[in-house]
Amino acid sequence: MATITLPRREHYLNISYGVRSWLLTTDHKRIAILYLITVTIAFALGGLAATLIRLELLTPEANLVSSDDYNKLFTAHGVVMIFFFLIPAIPAVLGNFLVPIMIGARDLAFPRLNLMSWYVFVIAVGLGIYALLTGGVDTGWTFYTPYSTSWANTRVVPVLIAGFIAGFSSIMTAVNFIVTIHKMRAPGMTWFRLPLFIWSMYATSLVIILATPVLGIALMMLLVERVLRVGFFDPALGGDPLLFQHLFWFYSHPAVYIMILPGMAVQSELIANFSRKSIFGYKFVAFASVGIAVFGFLVWGHHMFVSGQSVHAGLMFSILSFLVAIPSAVKVFNWTATLYKGSISLQTPMLYAIGFIGLFTIGGLTGLFLASLATDVHLTDTYFIVAHFHYVMVGATVMAYLGGIHYWWPKMTGRMYPEGPARASALLIFIGFALTFVPQFILGYLGMPRRYHVYVPEFQVLNVMSTAGASVLALGYALPVFYLLASLWTGKSAPANPWGASGLEWETSSPPPTFNFERTPVVVAGPYYFRGPITEQPPAKTTVQEPGGEVH
Amino acid sequence: MPGIPIMPPQASTMAWRVDAVFFALSGLSLFFTLLVFTLVIYFAIKYRRKSENEVPEVIHGDNRLELAWTFIPLGLALAMFAWSGIEYINLNNPPANSMEIYVIGRQWMWKIIHPDGQEEINQLHVPLGRPVKLTMTSQDVIHDFFIPAFRVKADTVPGRYQTMWFEPTQVGEYHIFCAEYCGTQHSGMIGTIYVMEPSAYEQWLASGGRTQAQNAPQISPAQAGELQFATLGCAACHRPEGGGPAPSLVGVYNSDVKLEGGQTVKADDTYLRESILAPAAKIVAGYPNIMQSYQGRVSNEQLDQLLAYIKAQAPAAPSGSGR
Repeated sequence: MATITLPRREHYLNISYGVRSWLLTTDHKRIAILYLITVTIAFALGGLAATLIRLELLTPEANLVSSDDYNKLFTAHGVVMIFFFLIPAIPAVLGNFLVPIMIGARDLAFPRLNLMSWYVFVIAVGLGIYALLTGGVDTGWTFYTPYSTSWANTRVVPVLIAGFIAGFSSIMTAVNFIVTIHKMRAPGMTWFRLPLFIWSMYATSLVIILATPVLGIALMMLLVERVLRVGFFDPALGGDPLLFQHLFWFYSHPAVYIMILPGMAVQSELIANFSRKSIFGYKFVAFASVGIAVFGFLVWGHHMFVSGQSVHAGLMFSILSFLVAIPSAVKVFNWTATLYKGSISLQTPMLYAIGFIGLFTIGGLTGLFLASLATDVHLTDTYFIVAHFHYVMVGATVMAYLGGIHYWWPKMTGRMYPEGPARASALLIFIGFALTFVPQFILGYLGMPRRYHVYVPEFQVLNVMSTAGASVLALGYALPVFYLLASLWTGKSAPANPWGASGLEWETSSPPPTFNFERTPVVVAGPYYFRGPITEQPPAKTTVQEPGGEVH
Repeated sequence: MPGIPIMPPQASTMAWRVDAVFFALSGLSLFFTLLVFTLVIYFAIKYRRKSENEVPEVIHGDNRLELAWTFIPLGLALAMFAWSGIEYINLNNPPANSMEIYVIGRQWMWKIIHPDGQEEINQLHVPLGRPVKLTMTSQDVIHDFFIPAFRVKADTVPGRYQTMWFEPTQVGEYHIFCAEYCGTQHSGMIGTIYVMEPSAYEQWLASGGRTQAQNAPQISPAQAGELQFATLGCAACHRPEGGGPAPSLVGVYNSDVKLEGGQTVKADDTYLRESILAPAAKIVAGYPNIMQSYQGRVSNEQLDQLLAYIKAQAPAAPSGSGR
């Protein structure tokens, strides 16, 4: 040691090396990196399927793939993107990395459970991708019965099991977050000093724990009917096909909130920190998350307005669906108001955040067309739906995810990414998104059904426009992979707080030490306080005056 | 913009009513989108960071604003719910004088049965200005009968009946799409609605539904047969590449076919015809006897077209043996 002139700072990345030190790690930060790699691979595979779908749809006829292969492609795209990318992406990568740091804890409450959740996830992804590559499945990600139980001749069973297993991984992560947030907050970190990221993660975890078991049950029943011919859903066996839809959407509608709430979590951090303002109406935004989580459980029937559900049920689900839009609107208004009289920096993460507001606003408002009964009858099962949920789940969530990856990249890797290409990718994604999906809204209104391999010729122009847009989008998504990887070697070293941002994660070094903080932080200020650190500093003053205090 | 369609035809009494809700929602959405976009862009420019260490004054929020942007959207949302809900109730209440037509969905065709027993496949002829109530079910999986020009759609669910109604307001031909994913040929499960003047409709009924066939563009019997092959659902089992529940028919014509029980027959016209009308008579070795008879369901003309199509399929290189 004596000969070293510059002391090498020990952090979570350099404390140990080798494959074992990663595969057997219980450090939440390393597990986050493992998840990052896994979901990026899943995103690439799902994106490949999307590319083939868009290429096939360039012409009304079938020219690239057969109908069976086309049906397998959109199923693979849906299953991989939803179960293996969108649901885990923000909680398992950013949440895993940040939840303990943001509340001033050394790790999650159950570090080994956390590692186990990754292994369970990898088993699910491996099984799912194996089944999709060796034969594939053609039921659509919705597995509607009786097609999936009695008619499909494809590999339904392994994909169901993969979805079932992936659910356990989600539940493990959610339990970990809830216990950690309840029990492991640093001294002074009261509930209303929590960053909004934590509030949203908490709400997401509740939804995961309450909804995922229902999906597990539904998938198991489907499996039993398919393999053992016990009639739950197939009328030929004495079952009811609508029962499956109720069970499936009871999970899968809240699943939309499992995907978007974490996006909102990131969004609140980005908007506050890049305008150096406390989030306007902090408590309204926090309770809006909880409101969305609660109401999100009561709207599943809006997927079934033309399925044969009664008119009365339709009316109830419609009004509840309109109501769930309100907390989302409240959030958008509050983010916008946060910018007012702020100090706004348009660095890459903020560009993503502004893009998020744009895409989420359009995605949310077009949802009203589907909550609304008469218009839903015309628009459901068409490309209007496809465009709407891509705006929300892909547009908004992936925008937030990438914004978050850029924002916390210096913290995660200790390196800065290059600002130029990063801004270009944010812009390409926003423009590519509009070019891809705006034509699909029109296609849906015209009546083009989703999951159509061939279509009537009058829909071609809009499909060509959509595919052209998708190529811009693909470029925007591919770009970050290259410059972010390159930045690991060529990027500038990141300081502890490169943004002048507020939050506990910016008061420890980049990258953080294994146990996150040199000493347990004592929190003395509310979130989004920009006039100094929010923790008690080492040469402790005798009287600590609360600079920000709780937010009122 | 010429060449880019933006609106489907409004061809039923409900079409413009649904469109009115659609446009009202579009107007509201546009207003809020523009409001948010304008404010975000304006703030982003006006309050750009002037110096690196700038820290703006703290604003925690404003309860009156919060209440305003909670309750104004809430009021608008409830109003839209009520309006749209009323139209939905209308969509679900067929007038008492509706003409009743039965629709049966199956992989991958629509079978339509008129009140007087007239049957159609993938076509539906209806008179102008008369409400039509469809009573629908499915023989196999869930399908969905969707007529964009009428703004109506309903799933056809096996084991139950669903109803749906419309009253056409414009003579013309409109698409029928299957809107619920139902397997391989889902996107081929489409058809046409012909809205006719009442007099033309009566004529069509009287002539046994031949009008359209006469007006149809001239195509070869083999091409017509290919269409029949797809729309009758033959392709579901007799997959060209093999591997389905029934043998591939590529190159079957005039070949020797092994039957259950060791016999061999030549697949000539008579054999093929018999196999369509009475499939159980001679069963191909290795395949279960699951095909239903098409006796009375295909006309002689259609049968000839099917045979022409089967003959036209040149023997291909032997494909995979299935599973």
